[in-house]
Amino acid sequence: MRLVETGNHVAAWGARMARAEVVSAYPITPQTQVIEEISRFIDEGEMDCEYIPVESEHSAMAAMIGSAAMGVRSFSATSAHGLLYMHELLHWAAGIRLPMVMVNVNRALGPGWNIWCDHQDTIAARDTGWIQLYCASHQEILDTTIQAYRISEDLKVILPVMVCYDAIFLSHNYMQVEIPDQEVVDRFLPPFRSLWKLDLDYPFTHGSVIYPDDYEEVRYSMFQALDNSRKVIRTAAEEYRDIVGNYHGDLIETYRMEGAESALVAMGSIASEAKMAVDMLRDAGYPCGLVRVRSYRPFPIEELRTLLAPLRAVLVIDRGVSFGMEGPMYSEVKAVIYGRSDAEVYDIVTGLGGRDVTYELIFDNAEAALKGKLEQKTSWPAVSLNEHHRISKKGLEEYWKKEGVK
Amino acid sequence: MRLRDFPEDEVFLQGSAACQGCPGSAAIRVAFKALGRNTILAVIASCTSVFQSPFPLSALDVPTINMAFATGGAVASGITAAADRLVAQGVFDEKPTILAWAGDGGTYDIGIQALSGAAERNTDFIYVCYNNEAYSNTGTQRSGATPYAAWTTNTTKGKEEWRKDIAQIMIAHGVPYVATASLAYPTDMFRKFAKAKEIRGTRYIEIQAPCPPGWKFPSSYTIKIARMAVQTGMWMLYEYEEGKTTYTAGTKRIIQGQSKLKPVEEYLKEQGRFRHLFYPERDEETIKEIQDRMTHIFENLQFTHKMKEHIMEIELAPPH
Repeated sequence: MRLVETGNHVAAWGARMARAEVVSAYPITPQTQVIEEISRFIDEGEMDCEYIPVESEHSAMAAMIGSAAMGVRSFSATSAHGLLYMHELLHWAAGIRLPMVMVNVNRALGPGWNIWCDHQDTIAARDTGWIQLYCASHQEILDTTIQAYRISEDLKVILPVMVCYDAIFLSHNYMQVEIPDQEVVDRFLPPFRSLWKLDLDYPFTHGSVIYPDDYEEVRYSMFQALDNSRKVIRTAAEEYRDIVGNYHGDLIETYRMEGAESALVAMGSIASEAKMAVDMLRDAGYPCGLVRVRSYRPFPIEELRTLLAPLRAVLVIDRGVSFGMEGPMYSEVKAVIYGRSDAEVYDIVTGLGGRDVTYELIFDNAEAALKGKLEQKTSWPAVSLNEHHRISKKGLEEYWKKEGVK
Repeated sequence: MRLRDFPEDEVFLQGSAACQGCPGSAAIRVAFKALGRNTILAVIASCTSVFQSPFPLSALDVPTINMAFATGGAVASGITAAADRLVAQGVFDEKPTILAWAGDGGTYDIGIQALSGAAERNTDFIYVCYNNEAYSNTGTQRSGATPYAAWTTNTTKGKEEWRKDIAQIMIAHGVPYVATASLAYPTDMFRKFAKAKEIRGTRYIEIQAPCPPGWKFPSSYTIKIARMAVQTGMWMLYEYEEGKTTYTAGTKRIIQGQSKLKPVEEYLKEQGRFRHLFYPERDEETIKEIQDRMTHIFENLQFTHKMKEHIMEIELAPPH
C-alpha cells in the first residue's frame, strides 16, 4: 500500500505494524500527530492496543517501564522538552534492561520557545544507555521503527531504542511511503519475548539497592550490550531488506564514497541535503563523499574509522552543540580516527532551532575547508548578527563598561 | 476477622534490612496477608526500597519492580494496562492485584502528579502511602505530611505549617475507594485491604507509620504511638466509598462517644520530635493550638453523628 503521509503518521504506522500493545504518551509539538494517529487506529479497531493518556512525559516513560516489565511490547513518542522531562527514567529503562521503542521528534530546546528542528534534545540523552537511530526520510522512519523492535528485543541486546527524526522537515512534511503487508512484517518481527518480566510464577525483585561490588558489573554489561547491538543492527537492516525490501544503511549510510578523498559526515535530514552538496563538489572537481550516521549510539566506530582514516579531509556537520567544547559529533569523529589518520577534520554547527541548512552553505564550507580557508575547529557559518542582535550586544557592552567589567 | 484468623502465609519474608520497630515492614506484612500472592508490586523510592534487602537478596516474595521517586501512579498504569492485555490474551486467568507502595514524600510531594493523573484516569490499582510524616529514608527531613510543630532535620525549631490532607485530595478525585489505616488497628487495616482488593479502579490506602529513629521514640513503642495518634485524634481512621465517609475502629469510638478524645499532650510527650514543646520550657501556646484543632474537629464530627442519630430516631419513630 502506498501512502502520502507526514513523518509523524508514518511513525504511528510503524508502531501499528510492529503490533505495539501498550502505548503511553503525552502530547508535545511536533510529536502530537503520532499519538493522534495511534488513537485513531485504536478507536477504529485497526490497532489492538492499550493507550495510556498519561499526565506527563515522566509518567509516559514510567508507564512504559511498567508495561515492558510485564513482558508486553510498548511504544511511546516524544520530543525536546518531553525527552528531557523523562530523562531520569530513560536511564531507568536502560538500566533495568527493558526492550521498548520510542520515537523522538528532534526539536530545539527553550528558552525561547522554538518548535523547529535540531538535535540538542537527543544529544543530551546520548549517555542514557538507549540505542539511538536517526532517520533521513519518511520511509526510513517506518522501517526503522519496525527494525528497532527487533534490535531492542534481541537477547544479546535487551535495551530500549530511540528512533529520532527531524522536526517539521520529516515530522510534518508529506512524503510518499510504501506500507508493507502486515504478514511480511510479522515474518521479520516475531512476537515479543522478554529475558525477564514481572512473573507471578517466578517472583523476582528488580532494581533494588545495589552495592559498589556489583554496580559496576551491571554498567559493564550494558556497555557490552551496546557493543553487541552493532551486529544486531546490521543483521536487522539486512534481513529487513531481504524480507520487506527497503534498505537505508545499517549503522551508517554512504553516498558516493567510491574514490573519495574527502567526506562530509552528517545525521538526519541534513544528510539528504548534503547529498546534493556532494554532487556539486564532485562536479567542481572535488572527489568528495558523504557518510550519514544512522546509529549515533552505538557509534559506528569501525565503519567510520575504515572510511574516514585514509581521507585527506573530513567536514562534520553538527545540528547540536556541546557548550564549552565543540560540536558533539565532531569530537567523536576525531576520537574514532585518532592516531590512525592524517585527515584534517573540520566542523560546522548549523541548523539550530530549525534554521534552514542549504546545500550551497554545505558546499561553500566544504570548499573552504578543502582550500585550507577554514580552521580545524567548530565554526558557526550561518551566524550573522542582525539589527536586534546588534542592539542588545551594544547594550550589554555599555552595561559592562558602566559596571567596570573588564 | 480476628488477628488469629490472619492467613499464615508470609509474603514479606524474615531477615529484612528494616530498622527495629519499623512501621513500614509491619504495614507491608499486614497488607500482603490481605492481598495474597496474586499481586504485582511496584516499590517507589522510600525506606521500602532499602529494607526489602539489597541485591541479590529480597524479602519480598512477589514479583517486584523498584521505581524512581515520582512514578507511583504512572508505573502502575503501565503494569495494569499490560495486565489487561495479558488477561485478554489468556496468559492470566484472572487479573492480579497491582499495588504501588510509596512513602509520604513519594505521595504528598514528588509523586502527587503521577498519583493524581492515575486517579483521574481511574487506573485499576491500589496505591498505598505508608506515611511516616517525613523523609525518613534520607535522614528525616520535612515533607508535606510532617505535622505542625514537629522537629525534622530541616525544621529544627518545629514545622511552621500544617500537613496537607492527601486522603481528602484523593476523595476529591472521585476514586471508588479511599481508606486510612493504623498499625495499632491491624484487623481494621486487614479489612480495608481485603475490601480494596475486590474493588476495580483507583483505590488509595494511607497508613500512618510511626518511625522510631525519625520521631525519636524507643523502637518498642511503634504500636503504642500509633494507637495514641488515633486516641488523641492526631490520626483518623475512616474509609470512603460511593460518596460516603465511614469512620472506623478507634476514631469511630471517639465520635460515637464510646471513648473519650485523649489530650494531644499524651501523644506529643512520648516523641523526641516534639520535645521542644516541653523542654526547656513548656510551649503552652503551641500545645493548645494543636489541642484546639483536634477538639474542634472532633466536636464537629460528634455533633454531626448526634444529628444523624437524631434524624434516624425521628424517621424510625412510629407515626402518631
